[in-house]
Amino acid sequence: MRELSLHILDVAENGITAGGNCIWIEVDEGRKTDQLKIVIRDNGRGMPVEKLENIDDPFITTRTTRRVGLGLSLLAAAAGRCEGTMHVDSKPGKGTEITATFRFNHIDRAPLGDMAATITTLIMGNPGIDFVYSHRIDGNAYRLDTREIRSEMEDLSLSDPVVIHHLTETIRSALEALSSNESEF
Amino acid sequence: MAKLTIDDLKKIKEKTAKETSLRDGPASIKITVHMGTCGIAAGARDVMSALMEEMAEADRQDIRVVASGCMGMCSSEPNVTIEAQDGEPIVYQLMDSNKMRQVFKRHVLLGEVQTDFALAKM
Repeated sequence: MRELSLHILDVAENGITAGGNCIWIEVDEGRKTDQLKIVIRDNGRGMPVEKLENIDDPFITTRTTRRVGLGLSLLAAAAGRCEGTMHVDSKPGKGTEITATFRFNHIDRAPLGDMAATITTLIMGNPGIDFVYSHRIDGNAYRLDTREIRSEMEDLSLSDPVVIHHLTETIRSALEALSSNESEF
Repeated sequence: MAKLTIDDLKKIKEKTAKETSLRDGPASIKITVHMGTCGIAAGARDVMSALMEEMAEADRQDIRVVASGCMGMCSSEPNVTIEAQDGEPIVYQLMDSNKMRQVFKRHVLLGEVQTDFALAKM
């Protein structure tokens, strides 16, 4: 994967496959502290303990369509090669939380990439699933909660292409503002 | 804390208000973008982004877009399946944003199956 945002998309899709109806995505860029943390949490069915023990082994997978699962193995490798770790916390019936950490300035760290496209791709492709996305860059934070948006929009569908287009632009400019350190947005 | 403001929502709502009442009607075409690890690594998000733009432009109320998992044909990813109400489902292979735009304009809007990009009909 060329971008960390693609890993996020992948893991979030897994959470939906696991029967979750709300996915929490947290990106914490500590540019000054040289730390990057990504957390993806779902309220799906969770994973049994025996799968958790060997979570970064590609031949351990909860899928039943074939015997190889690459998603988390790839994320674990991406984190591992920049002095980071990946940790999975899962409780059957409650959901799963994946935490990946990276050294922000590590030469091998893949760019975060297009987070706006990842979030709106998730919203567009999964009507009926809610997403809570929070993104922090040093002291500044941006938060988007589709449950709040839904309640404000009444009859308006979130997967409407025009809404999606505006959402993408909104997220993109919000992240730009975060990045350029304007705390106003 | 920064977030999407109520004003932003109102603006979006005004722009889209006229068309949304129709969107609850039955779907006549379903577009599935396969988004397993394999699809995503091969570029499925770019395909989805192109599709979103085409959808916004086309302004058609009867087209549904869904993301799904891996079909088991990882080597031909990104795959996109088009299911029209009165035709067989067609699976497209090795998609990119340009191919997606062509498939959308020709197959989805005009009903002309793009056999050059097709993997199979199901």
